[in-house]
Amino acid sequence: MNEAKIRTEEMLLNMGPQHPSTHGVFRVVVRTDGELVLESESHIGYLHRCFEKCAEGNNYLQVVPYTDRMDYLCAMMNNWGYAAAVEKLAGIEVPERAEYIRVIVAELNRVASHLLAFGTYGLDIGAITPFLYAFRDRERILKIFEKLCGQRLNYSYVRVGGVTFDMTDEILADIEAFCDYFDPKIIDEYDNLLSYNGIFISRTANVGVIPAELAISYGVTGPSLRGSGVQRDLRRDAPYGIYDRLEFDVPVGSGEMGQLGDCWDRYMVRMREMRQSIRLVRQAVKDIPEGPFCDKKAYRAVKPKAGEVYKRVEGARGEVGFYIVSDGTNIPYRVKARAPSFCNISILDKLTSISNVMIADLVAIIGSLDIVLGEVDR
Amino acid sequence: MARLEIGQIIAVIKEKLPGAVVEEVLDGVDPFVVVKTEQWGETALLCRDDSRLGFDLLSCISGVDYPEREEGPEIEVIYHLDSMVNHHGLTIKVKLPRGDPRVASVEEIWRTADWHERETYDLVGVVFEGHHNLVRILCAEDWVGHPLRKDYEPPDSFHGIKNVIY
Repeated sequence: MNEAKIRTEEMLLNMGPQHPSTHGVFRVVVRTDGELVLESESHIGYLHRCFEKCAEGNNYLQVVPYTDRMDYLCAMMNNWGYAAAVEKLAGIEVPERAEYIRVIVAELNRVASHLLAFGTYGLDIGAITPFLYAFRDRERILKIFEKLCGQRLNYSYVRVGGVTFDMTDEILADIEAFCDYFDPKIIDEYDNLLSYNGIFISRTANVGVIPAELAISYGVTGPSLRGSGVQRDLRRDAPYGIYDRLEFDVPVGSGEMGQLGDCWDRYMVRMREMRQSIRLVRQAVKDIPEGPFCDKKAYRAVKPKAGEVYKRVEGARGEVGFYIVSDGTNIPYRVKARAPSFCNISILDKLTSISNVMIADLVAIIGSLDIVLGEVDR
Repeated sequence: MARLEIGQIIAVIKEKLPGAVVEEVLDGVDPFVVVKTEQWGETALLCRDDSRLGFDLLSCISGVDYPEREEGPEIEVIYHLDSMVNHHGLTIKVKLPRGDPRVASVEEIWRTADWHERETYDLVGVVFEGHHNLVRILCAEDWVGHPLRKDYEPPDSFHGIKNVIY
């Protein structure tokens, strides 16, 4: 064959919207030179369900189930973010017991969400076994939630004024049993299985490095920001609920395996956060007081005075914020959701432009940002 | 630097940019200031770069349609700023005429504004001047209208897909 005739050309490649490594319907158009990604352009909106428009047609309590369906992997935190915003707007006091229950369910949900992130990240990189381990343990948490509120994913459990059902002693015992089972044995097992696996480290260390300043400018929050070494956690920096009474550490990336802010750092922050979440659950289970689980009046109807509020909570993926405008009726005038995944994934195009990544690395980067498309598109 | 109270934050802006703050509402649930639309760009730059303010994180941009205001139909764009170093926050609004809502883009100041502004353009119809790629982000590119306007009428069908209302 005549060698002069063989030319290499740049190729436009459409990754998604249906692609296993995008964790949902997310499309990236990549310009490639062989295996190298020269440029990428993200397209979102395939899962847009007009959450904000729907919220303008329902009363304050009816909006809660819509928030479940934003980030369906940690619905408790979405519920909580919305409920906290409405409570602040309407001046509703949450009973002490409900605050403890909220911490318990939110932290368990964080563990469940991080477990899924851990499992699917293994899949992205090419390790199938961790996924099966992660789902084995996630199932235990979902069983607890099912017992608590009859739902496995879309709980609508945290509601304005408190929670929907009371926590029984039996479920508290289940939760304690889960904590004893899970920490530290199981998390150590994960670390042996995947975190310190040589192949995994070579695939993730020094890949997709996000400098701290860039991350902040792109509005990246949550574990993805802490992976870049930034000490920022709303539970500690702007405590809501009863977090100011509980002890926990905020793990941040340190560039142990490569550069600070690489995929491994982001991954490892999640693994370490699980230990802290279990620590929080244990404290809350120990101290939970007796009393009502929801504000009686708010259980039935909520009608805030005219005004507006912006409230954020620390979700599993970053800062979940709700901006709510009330015109004094029982239907919100405007609800705007700040979805952490929406901001986190917006940095992807920048990452592919500042460094030469391989197509396989692109998969590793998307996985390490841990997005949920239901939340990106709302 | 240290955490500032809302009054001190406003004082800093007033000192550097006299006339930029046109309204302060401090008695509501969340206090906010309204900034003159023409001066929003320089105010944003000041908010980020002044070390006393240090607003390095633009948390959220929201657009709200108010067709029935006494002062005339308006669209508000709300910016929620946050400082990671100083641990304080600020809510800034600009008020735009509903007929022709235009405001300076801040995507060069906070990169996250890129997608937030596209979303606000898509759903509320605010034009961000100077944005490098102001196209729809959540709705399809040939979608008509801006769904979060209060007078928005959903189409009966879209590319042959019927709008079924149960």
